[in-house]
Amino acid sequence: MSTTMWIILGGALVTYLTRIGGYLVLSRFQRIHPRVEAGLDAVPAAVLTTLVAPAATTGGPIEWIALAVAIAVAWRGSLVAMFLAGAAVLIVLRNLPL
Amino acid sequence: MTAADRTQDRPGRLADFVDGMRRSIPVVLPSLPFGLLFGTVGVQNGLSVAEATWMSVIVFAGASQLVGIELFGQKIAPWLIVLSIFAVNFRHILYSAALGRQMKRWSCLQRVVGFFFLTDAQYADGERKALEGPLTFPWYMGYALFLYANWVGGTVVGAAFGNLIPDSHALGLDFLLVIYFLCMVMGFRKRPLWLPVVGASAVSSTVAYYLIGSPWHVSVGAVVGVALAALLTPGRRAAR
Repeated sequence: MSTTMWIILGGALVTYLTRIGGYLVLSRFQRIHPRVEAGLDAVPAAVLTTLVAPAATTGGPIEWIALAVAIAVAWRGSLVAMFLAGAAVLIVLRNLPL
Repeated sequence: MTAADRTQDRPGRLADFVDGMRRSIPVVLPSLPFGLLFGTVGVQNGLSVAEATWMSVIVFAGASQLVGIELFGQKIAPWLIVLSIFAVNFRHILYSAALGRQMKRWSCLQRVVGFFFLTDAQYADGERKALEGPLTFPWYMGYALFLYANWVGGTVVGAAFGNLIPDSHALGLDFLLVIYFLCMVMGFRKRPLWLPVVGASAVSSTVAYYLIGSPWHVSVGAVVGVALAALLTPGRRAAR
């Protein structure tokens, strides 16, 4: 096996470690502290926001309109409707001869 | 479990698996070009087709794979490359701690297998699924394997043929995942402290994005949001 293959294997092992590590640490505790519990409940919103906010700042008006439409739809409709509305606005505006 | 339960369970498991696959489609489609891109860039940076494929098969983490490829090209010590991959993937520790709470009914082997596939989207949709009902292993694997097959397949095609990426800008592919993740953020709006967490993570990740750079902004923003939620919560409950 080449050196590259070995480095990739090392990368795979540490990646797996991060994917099972949080569970292994947490499962050692019988009772979870309420603050830890609250922190874990906040993980999805916190992480997902980091995937949206900086990317939104790199976009232009078309991307901002698409995101705004998606948020507006979210208050009334389902998440699927929200995604489809945002995606439709994005694709249509990008293909208009502006 | 009685024999009758077991026979009833089988179609239920298949239905769960198919439902998981179905739920991954909004993520599978926009991530296909990234698989192609990874394969193409990998070969351009001196990896063989086998090495690029090997990486997608055993690492299965897009951002860290691109960082790894970037470093292979420069003369950097192997342990430093492994450390960089670890740092980029560090956020998964939060995912496994949080989502592990939904796997209480899984067997040990199911967890060992399941955690291998714990990507960003897998985590987010797994939490969404847990809001609706139990997160079952077949549902989780239906989602995971469809995404995995797509990622590995995209890598092979990208590495072997290269430059097959369509006009992803006109198709909006570069921004569809952002919209998708925004939908997921909105989906969690009933959770306690949602607005302060989203606000803190949005500001801190954007600042980190410009000061430190990608992909570190993810860890920074996540830690700030999680720490805020922990701080705003009373340390002791009235009844224990």
